[in-house]
Amino acid sequence: MALSGLDIYKLLPKTNCKKCGFQTCLAFAMQLAKKAIPLDKCPFVTPEVRAVLEQASQPAIRLVEIGSGEAKSSIGNETVLFRHEEKFHHPTAIGFILEDVLSESELNKAIEEINKCTFERVGQKIEVNLVALKETKSKDSKFINALKILLKKTTLGLVLMPKTTETLKTALEICASQKPLVYCSENSLLDSFATIAGNFRVPLAFRGSSVSELSSLTKKIVSRVPDIVLDVHSEKMSDYLWQLTQLRRLSIKKNERSVGFPTMVIADLTDEAASVVEASMFIAKYASIVLLKTRKPEYVLPLLTLRQNIFTDPQKPLQVEPAVYTIGAADDRSPVLITTNFSLTYYTVLGEIETSRIPSHLICVDTEGMSVLTAWAAEKFNAEKVADTLIKFKLEEKVRHKNLIIPGYVSMMSGDLEEKSGWKILVGPREAAGLPSYLKNL
Amino acid sequence: MAEELKVLDRACLKIYELTMGACAASGGSRKKILKVGGQSAMPFLFEEGEIPHAPLIAAEVSDIVEDDCPFVLKNALKGLTDKPVDWAVEMMGEAGADLICLKLQGTHPDFGNKTSKEAVELVEGLLKKVETPLIVLGSGQADKDNDVLSAVSEATKGERLLFGDVVQENYKTLTAACIADGHNIIAESPIDVNIAKQLNILISDIGLPLDRIVINPTIGALGYGLEYAYSIMERARNAALAGDKMLAMPFICFVGQEAWRAKEAKVSESEWPGSGNADTRGIMWEVVTALAMLQAGADILTMRHPQAIRIVKKAIEDLMKR
Ligand code: SF4
Repeated sequence: MALSGLDIYKLLPKTNCKKCGFQTCLAFAMQLAKKAIPLDKCPFVTPEVRAVLEQASQPAIRLVEIGSGEAKSSIGNETVLFRHEEKFHHPTAIGFILEDVLSESELNKAIEEINKCTFERVGQKIEVNLVALKETKSKDSKFINALKILLKKTTLGLVLMPKTTETLKTALEICASQKPLVYCSENSLLDSFATIAGNFRVPLAFRGSSVSELSSLTKKIVSRVPDIVLDVHSEKMSDYLWQLTQLRRLSIKKNERSVGFPTMVIADLTDEAASVVEASMFIAKYASIVLLKTRKPEYVLPLLTLRQNIFTDPQKPLQVEPAVYTIGAADDRSPVLITTNFSLTYYTVLGEIETSRIPSHLICVDTEGMSVLTAWAAEKFNAEKVADTLIKFKLEEKVRHKNLIIPGYVSMMSGDLEEKSGWKILVGPREAAGLPSYLKNL
Repeated sequence: MAEELKVLDRACLKIYELTMGACAASGGSRKKILKVGGQSAMPFLFEEGEIPHAPLIAAEVSDIVEDDCPFVLKNALKGLTDKPVDWAVEMMGEAGADLICLKLQGTHPDFGNKTSKEAVELVEGLLKKVETPLIVLGSGQADKDNDVLSAVSEATKGERLLFGDVVQENYKTLTAACIADGHNIIAESPIDVNIAKQLNILISDIGLPLDRIVINPTIGALGYGLEYAYSIMERARNAALAGDKMLAMPFICFVGQEAWRAKEAKVSESEWPGSGNADTRGIMWEVVTALAMLQAGADILTMRHPQAIRIVKKAIEDLMKR
């Protein structure tokens, strides 16, 4: 948690000797708080003070990276409890648990299913991030074989869930460079797992059943393995939520270092709907990783969509490129509709036009990401702007009629717009949902 | 001594506790009374406040057959959608809804133009078949709603139902009716904390007590703007717990009507390869929308698919275990 200029001032010698180039220690402290100058400009800072200041410049929740290359997931480093206070920074990494007892063909099939869990929504790719491999028995372990298959077939970030230190070592010798997350399922092994993960420079996750247990265990291992993930577990849903909330609050509000790490929840109930229920609750609050068993798209897609919603920056509505979009096999006789470039509006309208199966042209006006009514109120979607857009995108060359369908909510601009553009204005429905029947009856 | 690892947020104010339904002794005919609100903590954080009531699920029932009802829903409600009373009874039974949310869509001048008399008959018929209170919604056509809902309000005087929605531009008639007949009201605001607050002030100014108002923050479905209402609700609820009594009302979220408008809940697997089983996908779309709203503070969820209702009901039971 960042210290204020005044907090820093209290730690300085307060002699105003000016060696740092500032008139007073306070002035120097103010610059330090803004991170505008390095601390070593002041020759009198003691090592203890230096340690305090360095600690304070660390994020309240450590940023942990899993995987390498394009499929790398960054988790943690959150700064708020509610998204409206700023935003959530690092989307929950969603992954699947596979057991090493699966045969090669079963593993291949599973990975194929996982790779298919990629979708496109509102112009963004939404996809899963992790594959976790679980060792089921330590004798005649198939773990390493299965790991080799995974390494060949997927680039997703790996979570290793071995049962013994031997398996862990062998596995890391093969794949430490891919930065897998090591999961320690048995806390009696935590000490040796921490040493091994630390030596291989990979992150480590372990389970605790209370905030204080998690806190006391991180204190023991953090010097060896700085990248830690806290696996929260409870018998009760409300207790999960309480622990996740406490971990977030303690690190952000109290700067409690011993719990300032990303979190994870394993939602592997056999009842698929119940595991989606758990996963949804904890994607919203506050799991950095969620591991599932089900790989079916009908369960995974809602979760990926929820994550996309929750982790959208509230200050920056998603926008689409202002342009004329051709939907279906539209030609120079097809209807022309107009809307704003707020992505939610655009994709909703697009979806309904597609449902109608009537090929159309959809003009997206640059309203700086505002929705229809907001843009109208802010004069970003008025007669003038629309008339200009028709000229800018050369609509007269694209179609041989001059009929323009506008959203029902801005029917008030139709007279003015007819005059300014010379187009005939048709007032469409207020809600996009009305478009299919509107277009069919055109 | 080690400091205990805990940060408690203590509320200065409780959410108003709202009662739906009145039994014979209090001037109604309901056998089952339902309460929402009354909490002094964010959702399911039992350790730092009281949460006396579980969120409720109201099954959405309409007085006309929707012509573009998604096929998944149509299959699940086969033989019911043209018989609102049977439909309601079925949802209260095996599906396990806590109460019914009856939308009088058929009174809309463009969609059936049913009369106030027809609406009153339907509501009275339904009240005879269920033991719980009802949520009664108009068609959204302001003038017609004022006629129809006032008539229903008068006919059900004393039952303490929940009527909706009133908006900033049209709140006086229905509010006056609810005051006169002893009902509760849903105040709708377009994803806007300030308007929600303003409308509550207007309603209470003409005499409806604050513990008879439910806020409809106007939600979007999963993938269709869900995050806007989600954050508006969190903001409003935080403000309420910090002492803003004009925002300290329970929330109602119209989950079913929104979720089943989403493409993801409507399209078959053959039309959209790789999207998985359409029935489950639709159900989960409604379920995940509902769960996100519960996390944001919903007190009443309205829902459609019986299986989605079952899953969310079970989730609420699990979440309420303390
Ligand atoms: S060099 Fe250090 S002690 Fe001297 S004025 Fe600057 S901050 Fe103060």
